[in-house]
Amino acid sequence: MTSPAAALDLQGASAPPRSNGELVFAEPWEGRAFGLALALHETGAFSWKDFSTELAGSIGRWERGHPPGEEYSYYRCWLEALESLLEERGIVDRTATVERAVRLGDRPAGHDHRHDHEHGD
Amino acid sequence: MATRTETFSPAQRTEALEDILTERGLVDPKVLAGLIKNFEENVGPMNGARVVARAWVDPDFRARLLADGTAASAELGYKGAQGECIVALENTPTVHNVVVCTLCSCYPWPLLGLPPSWYKDPAYRARAVREPRKVLAEFGLQLGDGVQIRVWDSTAEVRYLVLPQRPAGTEGLSEEELAALVTRDAMVGIATVATPGS
Repeated sequence: MTSPAAALDLQGASAPPRSNGELVFAEPWEGRAFGLALALHETGAFSWKDFSTELAGSIGRWERGHPPGEEYSYYRCWLEALESLLEERGIVDRTATVERAVRLGDRPAGHDHRHDHEHGD
Repeated sequence: MATRTETFSPAQRTEALEDILTERGLVDPKVLAGLIKNFEENVGPMNGARVVARAWVDPDFRARLLADGTAASAELGYKGAQGECIVALENTPTVHNVVVCTLCSCYPWPLLGLPPSWYKDPAYRARAVREPRKVLAEFGLQLGDGVQIRVWDSTAEVRYLVLPQRPAGTEGLSEEELAALVTRDAMVGIATVATPGS
């Protein structure tokens, strides 16, 4: 029988999320989309219940009618819910997001980030 | 020129949205970075494991946890977003509790961190309610016919924490050692806590 100390080393529960073998976010944008919704909620832009309802709606729409063969992406549904809610509330409409995405896409090569804030802070 | 958000990848859309929101002062980049870092590095199942271990060693705490999961968790410092109403579900030799969120992914963040991918998966969300015994067996948990399975559907208002049964042969372990035995899967109800070394 292994000692409790050995069990402590092996069990993932006592390890922080990053070191228990599972990435919280598969890609950086997932973390950004997650953080944006939470940050906006914390400033009072919307209640969490309203966001959950929007998220459930977004997931339900994907489940009922997604393109054949398309893999489920939880955070894509999350992003869509956030975009919908922000549009409904008149905070950011999708046209503005598209225009900004086009603008960001037009950046000269080598400039992959237009913010002027310092990186790593 | 593209006119629909679908034309852009989720990464591009997220970047554009973040750009607009920070520019308008609706999101503080430092706050955003802190929130993400916290969930990536700090908040995880070890919080819930400490709550479970405390309940195993302290009958008064256990009673408070079962009466008011939110308040008892807050006693150990675990509170915040998605922890506003935590209900603890006690497993017994005859009752096994399983947690799901059929509509989205509601989950007790302060105690367990963000949910694992299987919890968010459409298959788990649909099947956990319809055929829980089979789903649990697929996760490697075979429950006897005498054990009743109760499935709890989380909502934006109520989040559940399963209080697993304390494994036999752990009488000599400290609270900290007990906490190390408790897994996330056991606190969602798709596993039990094994006796160390078994």
